Amino acid sequence: MISRLKRSVSVKILFVILVVALLAGGCASADPENTINISGSSSIQPLSEELANAFMEENSEITINVAGGGSSAGIKATRDGTSDIGASSRELESDEREGLTVIPIAIDGITLVVNPESQVDNLTLEQVRLIYSGQITNWSEVGGKDGAINTFTREEGSGTRGAFEDLVMKGAKISSKTGVQNTTGSLRTAVAGDPHAIAYISLGNVNDSIKVLAVDGVMPESETIKNGSYKLTRSFFYLTGEQPRGNARNFIDFVLSPDGQQIVRQNFISISDN
Amino acid sequence: MLLLFALASILVVVLVGLFVFLQGYPLLAKTGFFTFLTGLEWLPGEGIFGILPMVIGTLAVTLGALIIGVPLGVTTAVFLAEYAPERIAFWTRRAVELLAGIPSVVYGLFGMTVIVPLVRHVALNWFGDLLSPEMRTGYGILAASLVLGIMILPTIVSISEDALRAVPKAYKEGSYALGVHQWQTIWHNTLPAAGTGIMSSVILGMGRAIGETMAILMVAGNAPAFPTSIFSPVRTLSGNIGLEMSYASGEHAQALFATGVVLFIVIMILNGLALLIARKGANA
Repeated sequence: MISRLKRSVSVKILFVILVVALLAGGCASADPENTINISGSSSIQPLSEELANAFMEENSEITINVAGGGSSAGIKATRDGTSDIGASSRELESDEREGLTVIPIAIDGITLVVNPESQVDNLTLEQVRLIYSGQITNWSEVGGKDGAINTFTREEGSGTRGAFEDLVMKGAKISSKTGVQNTTGSLRTAVAGDPHAIAYISLGNVNDSIKVLAVDGVMPESETIKNGSYKLTRSFFYLTGEQPRGNARNFIDFVLSPDGQQIVRQNFISISDN
Repeated sequence: MLLLFALASILVVVLVGLFVFLQGYPLLAKTGFFTFLTGLEWLPGEGIFGILPMVIGTLAVTLGALIIGVPLGVTTAVFLAEYAPERIAFWTRRAVELLAGIPSVVYGLFGMTVIVPLVRHVALNWFGDLLSPEMRTGYGILAASLVLGIMILPTIVSISEDALRAVPKAYKEGSYALGVHQWQTIWHNTLPAAGTGIMSSVILGMGRAIGETMAILMVAGNAPAFPTSIFSPVRTLSGNIGLEMSYASGEHAQALFATGVVLFIVIMILNGLALLIARKGANA
């Protein structure tokens, strides 16, 4: 009896919590007129969040929701109208482009990263291609200590992988034995924990746990990306319907303004510098 | 009213199955079900979709999880049901139940930061030269099996313990009366008598192992290639969907739904087999 009583009390408490949560959720979602939904590439997500925070500081009546989901999801959501702005880290196919406005907002470098213990500092583009296609398998072949090269890649369909395939592999296939991780974070963890690992990630996601390699003798830095000497670069895009309108337009104008591009410069390269 | 609710849950299963099938059907019709199932290459960029390596990967990881989880789980259940003093049993049970409450992504984190480096260490230092490069990363069947083996413990322990406790006292007392030791009684009487229940705990554990996605994604290495040793990186069927769905479109997305169809079928076949075994055991 007592236990049944206790149970009914806890059920009631649970019910109250649920109701409160629902109400709170209801209150938090502001008026849709003043909400901008952004979704898409996870590489662009941190940048979008920074930009959104800065924009919301200036325009306190506006709420911007930034979600990930991937470039393709972002393109789809913009097309459906579920997102006001889509974020894509890859070029759009011609059939995807239809009815959308594509606006470049930043330039990103794709960096090759290894474990900080690695003695290799530089690879040629050719070497990277041979490593990823499985023809070079030992670090001693590229000037490092003897040891198997453990390659890691993003999954099929990822914007970063797409760009890497276009810029580096140029038609060659990434070996099917390459380890696949579906987030930049897990790639970083893989490389940070394994002295023999190599992976490629966006310049904006580099941190101290990993070491960045020069490619063809050029380090990926804003200077080298701006003057075109570092080759592995791609653009980040925002997408909107036919013509951006209202708040979405104001936000995109802000992103392209000197203030917005200054935020872009913190981790990426401004489009106005190129 | 209750019948209505029961029908609703059946309807949900049917709808989920139907929906996944409809979404995957165009691709299956185009490539052919058996080409899809027995294809060795997965290259969505070039429109080549073959998932045999992933079917094998799923089976390998699940088998590995059972090899690790079942002996550990069943012996824990025997300890709890037959040997443990009430107080120790209480805390052991709480600990095992807590395992069930840990979100799978946390298991994945644990696997990534503890088990993968451990497996990498073993692979490098004990088997170094025997293994090809991709087997020395630590990500692979062994790491995934270890993580899954832990994840299915709560299911196996709690259901097996219930089954062991449900064995009528008379069975044991009869055995003791004949002067048989406790361990021999457990081995020859209690365990066989609880066999069906233990088998269903294994089935449910297996179901969890096959469907688990997040934790496996983080430790299995996810390479869509044929595994050749327990250190090989593998991609599972559920992992394939979880890995690529967010970026997939068009045929690629259909192929992932088709993967879901195959996963559905694999689970139904395994459950059917397991039920059959359990029924045989019950009749014997």
